[in-house]
Amino acid sequence: MSKILIRGAKVLGGEPQDVLIDGAVIAEVGGGLSAEGVDEVVEADGKILLPGLVDLHTHLREPGREDSETVLTGTRAAASGGYTSVFAMANTFPVADTAGVVEQVYRLGKESGYCDVQPIGAVTVGLEGQKLAELGAMHESAAGVTVFSDDGKCVHDAVIMRRALEYVKAFGGVVAQHAQEPRLTEGAQMNEGTVSAELGLGGWPAVAEESIIARDVLLAEHVGSRVHICHLSTAGSVEIVRWAKSRGIDVTAEVTPHHLLLTDELVRSYNPVYKVNPPLRTEKDVMALREALADGTIDIVATDHAPHPHEDKDCEWAAAAMGMVGLETALSVVQQTMVETGLLDWAGVADRMSVKPAEIGRAQGHGRPVSAGEPANLVLVDADYRGAVDPAGFASRSRNTPYEGRELPGRVTHTWLRGKATLADGKLA
Amino acid sequence: MMRHLISAADLTRDDAVLILDTAEEMARVADRPIKKLPALRGRTICNLFFEDSTRTRISFEAAEKRLSADVINFAAKGSSVSKGESLKDTAQTLEAMGVDAVVIRHGASGAPYRLATSGWIDAPVINAGDGTHQHPTQALLDAFTMRRRLVGRDAGIGKGLDGKRVTIVGDVLHSRVARSNVDLLHTLGAEVTLVAPPTLVPVGVESWPCEVSYDLDSTLTKSDAVMMLRVQRERMNAAFFPTEREYSRRYGLDGDRMAKMPDHAIVMHPGPMVRGMEITAEVADSERCTVIEQVANGVHTRMAVLYLLLGGNEPAVTHTRTEGN
Repeated sequence: MSKILIRGAKVLGGEPQDVLIDGAVIAEVGGGLSAEGVDEVVEADGKILLPGLVDLHTHLREPGREDSETVLTGTRAAASGGYTSVFAMANTFPVADTAGVVEQVYRLGKESGYCDVQPIGAVTVGLEGQKLAELGAMHESAAGVTVFSDDGKCVHDAVIMRRALEYVKAFGGVVAQHAQEPRLTEGAQMNEGTVSAELGLGGWPAVAEESIIARDVLLAEHVGSRVHICHLSTAGSVEIVRWAKSRGIDVTAEVTPHHLLLTDELVRSYNPVYKVNPPLRTEKDVMALREALADGTIDIVATDHAPHPHEDKDCEWAAAAMGMVGLETALSVVQQTMVETGLLDWAGVADRMSVKPAEIGRAQGHGRPVSAGEPANLVLVDADYRGAVDPAGFASRSRNTPYEGRELPGRVTHTWLRGKATLADGKLA
Repeated sequence: MMRHLISAADLTRDDAVLILDTAEEMARVADRPIKKLPALRGRTICNLFFEDSTRTRISFEAAEKRLSADVINFAAKGSSVSKGESLKDTAQTLEAMGVDAVVIRHGASGAPYRLATSGWIDAPVINAGDGTHQHPTQALLDAFTMRRRLVGRDAGIGKGLDGKRVTIVGDVLHSRVARSNVDLLHTLGAEVTLVAPPTLVPVGVESWPCEVSYDLDSTLTKSDAVMMLRVQRERMNAAFFPTEREYSRRYGLDGDRMAKMPDHAIVMHPGPMVRGMEITAEVADSERCTVIEQVANGVHTRMAVLYLLLGGNEPAVTHTRTEGN
């Protein structure tokens, strides 16, 4: 096991300090640490040091859609983006609704070595919303599943949702809901509003998200369980979560980087790179989401990294797949929308992108303080960097990013997973 | 003129008036024994129809042939598209065969825009109707029909539809005709009122340059043109309105309602009409109904669009347009 000295890093954006990694743990944090006996010195030169990022919402596509992404390529993308832990969504082929499939994903994550992969189990068999999957068996498997979600689909049956919330209490699990009332979103292709009216694209109304969130927080309260709301996208959703928290309901919520930056005005291009579920909303929604992330109403940033092959996006809007990749640009988008606007400092970023997601998902050893004795899961960020996004350099197998050619601030230069560099000087190890 | 015709909203007033004036010139060709101009001789135009539409396809084909273009008709049904070929591949295949322009009808809103802007092909793209988005040549032929009837065949040259009041009635939510007409009529100076049950008015309509009413009777007396839209019967299962009978009672145009319209006012319909529900036979067959004229005018207008996009550098019109109208 090697010793690494990170010299002059701004831990959580504070004053420059030195951080000594010894093997898999942080040995010391302080000023003027000696480089004697150290195998490698990394000159941070005032870069920002954060705990390794944790993504509670990643689509790794394996098994079944390895043409889009694999656990290996997805975790390489995660390491490039500063992540040391990702939660892999269950909408694979076959669906991750049994102990066997979640163990397969877990094992592939172990083998990749770039990032800890924690599989998310499906709430219902085949994501069909009819019958509870074997939640307990998935929890007891080697994967130790703690988060359950039918993401991509909503658990729309109130009784099934209630039972799931009740059942996971037995082992401290959480149900992560993709809030989308299915009847209100039949034929929906973008946010319902002035732009959809003009473009003649089927509208996805805000109330289709908000009504499910309202129902689910009340169900969680009723059964005394905790519920997590995936990818909030509307100002109304924020208000409901804020109200639920004020009432003491055990609810957490996430927002994606793209919902913090992009609006439905971009759909005027009919470019399917902007087609995502939930859809891009209005400027008013974007501002409400930013404020809610800043004041803690929204707990975390989650990428909803959704890789698709080129041909699934290089087509007319209606035929295109929904989703965009996000692991490799998330931190830059958060820097632009939250840090550079003064809404969050870097400690806040660490909280929303590492500490809290690790807490919600029970990711052992992640989201820990940058202090002696803690696991050396770390990310070093050059916040002063400015550059246009070039998807050609992505580690992800898919390139469906909305940011191609767009200048975003910040760049991850190093990522360490238990003291081992997965990314060094911007290059994957 | 622009390179493509994707949306009526893209047309400036000058563009729109130029097309209407050119269409008047083209209409004169229809009066000749030999209804043909050499303008597009040697040019190949592909009618790329991913959605069934006999009326629009034949209208474009007639226009293309009257301009002496070579015409390729492509229907997606039974083609490589039904075997899974993408729009991009289909378009590129056709362009490789030397197509000079593509007229596209597609069920997906935005498909013509993608075709024109994604670098898949170089040829000009003319939107012949996309999803519930736009149908710009329909709007142009409607405006042409209105200008002839309400301003005058010769008196209308160089003019728009300033101050004319147009009421569009029916399934606005799903209508590319309504969207196109609102845009173009506004550009030409007309005042547009949409009339429909609230379930068939899109959320977001407040940003459109028009009024919205749920009451047909109150708008009829002040309308110069009433345009009825087709209501798909299958929509009744989606709870947009309770019954055909109730829809007809509240939003159908019958003889009594037509009698409330000013004497000069016309009744329009993009076709095909659902007689008895949205329009009674009495109205459809009356002299005030312009449905057949609209069909004829569609050819003239499409000739004008094709000519101006593909033909020459000079307008086909022979007079000087009056400025400021």
